[in-house]
Amino acid sequence: MSDTRIYLDNAATTKTDPRVVAAMEPFFTETYGNPNSLHTEGRAAHSALENARERVRASLNAERPDEVLFTSGGTESDNAALIGLMTAGGRTSGHLIVSAFEHHAILEPAEWLAKHGFDVSLVKPDTDGVVSVAALEKLLRDDTVLVSIMHGNNELGTVQPIAELAAAAHGRGALFHSDAAQTLGKLDIDVQALGVDAMSFSGHKFYGPKGVGVLYLKKGLRFAPYLMGGGQEFRKRSGTQNVPGAQGFATALELMDADRVSETIRLTALRDRLEAAAVARLENVYVNGANVSRMPHITSLIVKGVEGEAMLLHLDAKGIAVSTGSACSSGSLTASHVLLAIDCPQEIAHGSLRLSMGRFTTEAEIDYFVDSLVPIVERLRSMSPVYDKMFGAQSA
Amino acid sequence: MYSDKVMDHFNNPRNVGVIADADGVGEVGNPVCGDIMKITIKVADDTVSDIKFQTLGCGAAIATSSVITEMARGMSIEDAVGITKARIAEELDGLPPAKMHCSILAADGLKAAVDDYLVKNGREPISGGPEHSDDDEHEVTCATPIIL
Ligand SMILES: Cc1ncc(COP(=O)(O)O)c(C=O)c1O
Repeated sequence: MSDTRIYLDNAATTKTDPRVVAAMEPFFTETYGNPNSLHTEGRAAHSALENARERVRASLNAERPDEVLFTSGGTESDNAALIGLMTAGGRTSGHLIVSAFEHHAILEPAEWLAKHGFDVSLVKPDTDGVVSVAALEKLLRDDTVLVSIMHGNNELGTVQPIAELAAAAHGRGALFHSDAAQTLGKLDIDVQALGVDAMSFSGHKFYGPKGVGVLYLKKGLRFAPYLMGGGQEFRKRSGTQNVPGAQGFATALELMDADRVSETIRLTALRDRLEAAAVARLENVYVNGANVSRMPHITSLIVKGVEGEAMLLHLDAKGIAVSTGSACSSGSLTASHVLLAIDCPQEIAHGSLRLSMGRFTTEAEIDYFVDSLVPIVERLRSMSPVYDKMFGAQSA
Repeated sequence: MYSDKVMDHFNNPRNVGVIADADGVGEVGNPVCGDIMKITIKVADDTVSDIKFQTLGCGAAIATSSVITEMARGMSIEDAVGITKARIAEELDGLPPAKMHCSILAADGLKAAVDDYLVKNGREPISGGPEHSDDDEHEVTCATPIIL
């Protein structure tokens, strides 16, 4: 293993920015009170919590601070949104639509709802990795309670037309939720302009702390609390709030907002450099979603005739951290549900690599990555019993 | 999650290639599952005198292919077809449970190569066919992969 590491897995999680750590620090040892206590310590913690909430509200352009609920992360926000909105007011049946390439934090609660009396439909993205309004409209029904479609896909980086999808859902009287764990800070999110009823966010995806998330929940919606107890977070999410986490989330978000335009330009250039070099220097390689709107920092490569985990392990030995949607990454026999949802054939989906750049990624690192990838792919292809048979005659 | 021995065989695979004038050839796996393996053997006096492999697959698939070539070289063909997935995993200081199907592939590839040699020489196959995995293992190996 090399000494210096090149981290190209920022969609999995990010390094907490030292400025965020510094902003959190006082709320562990100095302002450590319980924000629900009436004494001086409690009131200080309460004002720190509400300060964080207000800063997040402002960034999201939510109408009111009590629409911003602090949670334990993206997974909880997703679970709470689906189960809280579907079962609100004692509802025991109704129709839910989620997209087929959601994160498991959406797919699993959707499956749970399906097992508990609700009707669930999956809307399929197109082969570029985008869920169209037309595809959603075909599934909307009079009894559709909620539609949940993610903003940016974590594996492909593709961006969904949230404002249009939300309008379509509302047109049939359904609520609209979006999992924006991957996009907050990276894309400009204005919850009122997007017209969403609920949106999920996760702190550790944008240089904030792990285990802290936000659920935006528009005022006036019926919602069954997912966590019950002391009635914190406006009776919608019980549990003593994570004050340092909330402060860290707010600071991390402000740092993203401060240089989003320049970072978008910088990351897009890195991404394009990586993709152009990979495609030019290797045959039978292509980029998923190359022609549609994508987040600036995620590349989904398909390297035909090579298995993803083998690439991942060799890259890791070169000091580079990446992800793969290959079956073998988890020992299963089917490739990732995301790649299958966009009709990527199984036999080439096994050769997927996800590269996700970040605040600390440099051009030199991208060049080193491509220089490392090329011989790894060539070596693995030369060890394959079927490469020439399956792909040899073609070129890209 | 992989032992040092698995990583060693993955990084420095032994006996990669194809024996041009092989006495037996075994090709197993399929592209949909993501693992394909080809074993070629030379046989002298019913003993595996040379063996090479080619594998498309994950770290465990490559490591198990590599290690089985070392185990089988110099073995009688009867002993060679008796190499079980458990023996392969043991030789590698263990494999993650979800990766056991990769070692089945290596064992099956060798069995197929030996049978191919026998049939080509007008003899009966002796391997008894692919080793079966039990249902629990199937559960593990068919879980959906998760990308964060
Ligand atoms: C799209 C998406 N939703 C939800 C999550 C889960 O977020 P968390 O890790 O904060 O629970 C992730 C991250 O793994 C994600 O990428």
